[in-house]
Amino acid sequence: MPLYYDDDQTMLAETAQAFMAEEGAIAKQLRHWRDRDCKDGFGHALWKQFAEMGFTGMLVGEDDGGLGMGHVEAGIVLENIGRNLTPSPFLASSVLAVTALKHGSDDLRGRWLPGLIEGESIYTVAIDEGAKHRPDTIKTKAEKSGNGFKLTGQKDFVLHGASSDMMVVAARTSGSDDDADGITLFAVPKDAANMSHDAVRLVDSSMATHTKFDGVELDGDAVIGEVDGGREVLNAMLMAGRVGAAAEGVGVASGAMDMTVEYLKQRKQFGKLIGEFQALQHRAAHLYSEVEIARAVTIKAAQLLDGGSEKADLMASVAKAKVAKAAGLAVKEGVQMHGGIGMTDEYDIGLYMKRDRALQEFLGDQYYHAGRVAEMSGY
Amino acid sequence: MSDLEAFRAQTREWLEANCPPEMRKPVRDEDDVYWGGRNATFKNDAQKAWFETCRDKGYTVPEWPKEYGGAGLSPAEGKILRQEMSRIGARPPLSSFGIWMLGPALLHFGTEGQKKRFLNEVARGEIRWCQGYSEPGSGSDLVSMQTFGEDKGDHWVVNGQKIWTSYADEADWIFCLVRTDKQNKYQGITFMLFDMAGEGVSTKPIKLISGNSPFCETFFDDVRVPKSYGEDCPGYVGEINRGWDVAKYLLGHEREMISGAGGGDRTAAIGAAMKRNAGELDPVLRAELAQFDVDALAYTAMGEKFLDELKVGKAHPAQPNMMKYAGTELNKRRHELMMAAGGSRALEWESEDTGGGKPSRNWLRTKANSIEGGTSEVMLNVISKRILDLPGA
Ligand SMILES: Cc1cc2nc3c(=O)[nH]c(=O)nc-3n(C[C@H](O)[C@H](O)[C@H](O)COP(=O)(O)OP(=O)(O)OC[C@H]3O[C@@H](n4cnc5c(N)ncnc54)[C@H](O)[C@@H]3O)c2cc1C
Repeated sequence: MPLYYDDDQTMLAETAQAFMAEEGAIAKQLRHWRDRDCKDGFGHALWKQFAEMGFTGMLVGEDDGGLGMGHVEAGIVLENIGRNLTPSPFLASSVLAVTALKHGSDDLRGRWLPGLIEGESIYTVAIDEGAKHRPDTIKTKAEKSGNGFKLTGQKDFVLHGASSDMMVVAARTSGSDDDADGITLFAVPKDAANMSHDAVRLVDSSMATHTKFDGVELDGDAVIGEVDGGREVLNAMLMAGRVGAAAEGVGVASGAMDMTVEYLKQRKQFGKLIGEFQALQHRAAHLYSEVEIARAVTIKAAQLLDGGSEKADLMASVAKAKVAKAAGLAVKEGVQMHGGIGMTDEYDIGLYMKRDRALQEFLGDQYYHAGRVAEMSGY
Repeated sequence: MSDLEAFRAQTREWLEANCPPEMRKPVRDEDDVYWGGRNATFKNDAQKAWFETCRDKGYTVPEWPKEYGGAGLSPAEGKILRQEMSRIGARPPLSSFGIWMLGPALLHFGTEGQKKRFLNEVARGEIRWCQGYSEPGSGSDLVSMQTFGEDKGDHWVVNGQKIWTSYADEADWIFCLVRTDKQNKYQGITFMLFDMAGEGVSTKPIKLISGNSPFCETFFDDVRVPKSYGEDCPGYVGEINRGWDVAKYLLGHEREMISGAGGGDRTAAIGAAMKRNAGELDPVLRAELAQFDVDALAYTAMGEKFLDELKVGKAHPAQPNMMKYAGTELNKRRHELMMAAGGSRALEWESEDTGGGKPSRNWLRTKANSIEGGTSEVMLNVISKRILDLPGA
């Protein structure tokens, strides 16, 4: 498979780009909701529009009413989300939760997928326990109780947890904290009793929760996939989420880079455009190289994932780490090359820096993923 | 015991007796330090007591002469005081642009009358100053600034605009670069001093990405600046039209200050603290932290050497530019790593657990370190030119 977009993907890219630049623009979405102190951190009307565009259910199989597309396509949408800093539940709902639900029973899929496809429902995933991403350790417990389970524990960094109609929770049903086996995934509905959210706004104006499960009673049919066999589903979810987050990061990086290159062509000091200074030219050119490489590895990882390749896991980590480095560079160079104006809230470049920071942290930062690359490579 | 050893012992004892325990905690917020000025308030009694004790002993500006509000310490004694304060984590009793910037410029260029008046006001925390250099079209290329003062005999009438003026809305007075000769780029600027409460001065706060608003646009609309504030006390520093010399001299001090060369929070090693706070660290992050600590500890030694040499005139005059470059880049890296070690918790913007988003707001604020007081690029240009003497630089 060639490592560029085919005709359909190119068309999707054009559509997504036009749509997001118009409807998902910074002034229209991010600033709008932020300045109103919105408790969701995103707009529901836009989510509806995502549905009309076919985005919300793009990864859902055609049998379930979706478009049956792959991660390259989801990445195209995400890159444009990143470029416009468009706040939406797309990554958590349409990529992560959908990947989990694909492993669910007919009943479960029938219960949750239509609402998502329609843009009526919003989902999220609850994986992290603690401030760093360490999915190898799952302490949240689900104990057998009657026909179902009783969930106890706490999850952190649950994206828009308080606004979600359902969250996919990774919990331990057997074994000890660090065991690979003994994990089960549950679809926990919003109205479950004994679940509470401490919602916090993050640096990028998005919302996340610390969610507590204090003996949450779940039916047996809330189980996604096999009891004790959730690790495989969790891994699939993580891979999809990481590749998705990488794609969004590529968008953040390119958005920041384009803004900066534009500024280099406008701002004058010492009687010259600052873009005439070779010191800045070389750094802009270096940044361009890094962003191109980051995009390449992200599309590669998405293709491997869509092809069911064994290498997908490695390349998902490579992509997540590489994008973190490239996007980190893009936003730092962006602010620096703007000078004083780059430090102002009124100017958008700082918003890229904030979004990048949150995205870096989601599903493992560059250090975590570089460590995984070492482990998977046998050292 | 040598005199210096005796001084160290006395200082230790004095600090023990006078520095309140609350003032030995790390500075987390800008208002954890007292900034002085007409409208200043103390955050708490400890801050007030610490400030007043130091003020009375001349320790707000320990190395300034006694007649200007200092304690007249020698460079060696000053260093001991800094070391002893940092040993117990004592906060500075007073922070201000008057101390870091205007003071050194007046000590060097000021008249006796100016020193008596303005330095004492700074040392006693009575007047808070801000710095009016940058303009919308003149940042890195500062000398192109346009704010103009028309000569009216015994005063000037100033018109124009400054930007990024830190704390202009809280400051009492401004030291300001004003063009007084349009024909002469370098020798056509006067370094003026005037009261922000005067007619025609207005400020408009600009919000930073950290959410705070400590800097402003500052507008001058027919502002009357007297050429004299009384006997031997001109309304400008140095000579008329020779303000650029003062400005450059002062920038050296500003850069030295921003560089964090004096040690403290900006350059300290962090790995051990990160492990204490964050628990087990991912191995690659641990390696990054170790690399940072190597650079930070080495930079701390450089800071000590630089200050020691500077005090006795041995440092290259352009060395503050190198310190500013290295120190601010280090501080930015420091906060990147603190954010990484802090994980998703450190992303919180408003939560109680993070004291209202301290980690992320402080992290964002450090991004200005390599812009304010001259950008990293400008520092590198100056090093290339003035230290390395590179062709065409
Ligand atoms: C938090 C903060 C506080 C500040 N406080 C004050 C204050 O109190 N008073 C005051 O007067 N000013 C203050 N400033 C302003 C500061 O001094 C200027 O922002 C700074 O000098 C840069 O100018 P600029 O913003 O116009 O950027 P520009 O000069 O427009 O620079 C834009 C970019 O171009 C680069 N560049 C410019 N020229 C060259 C070159 N020749 N070679 C290579 N690269 C180049 C710069 O390095 C930068 O990356 C403050 C700034 C900040 C961020």
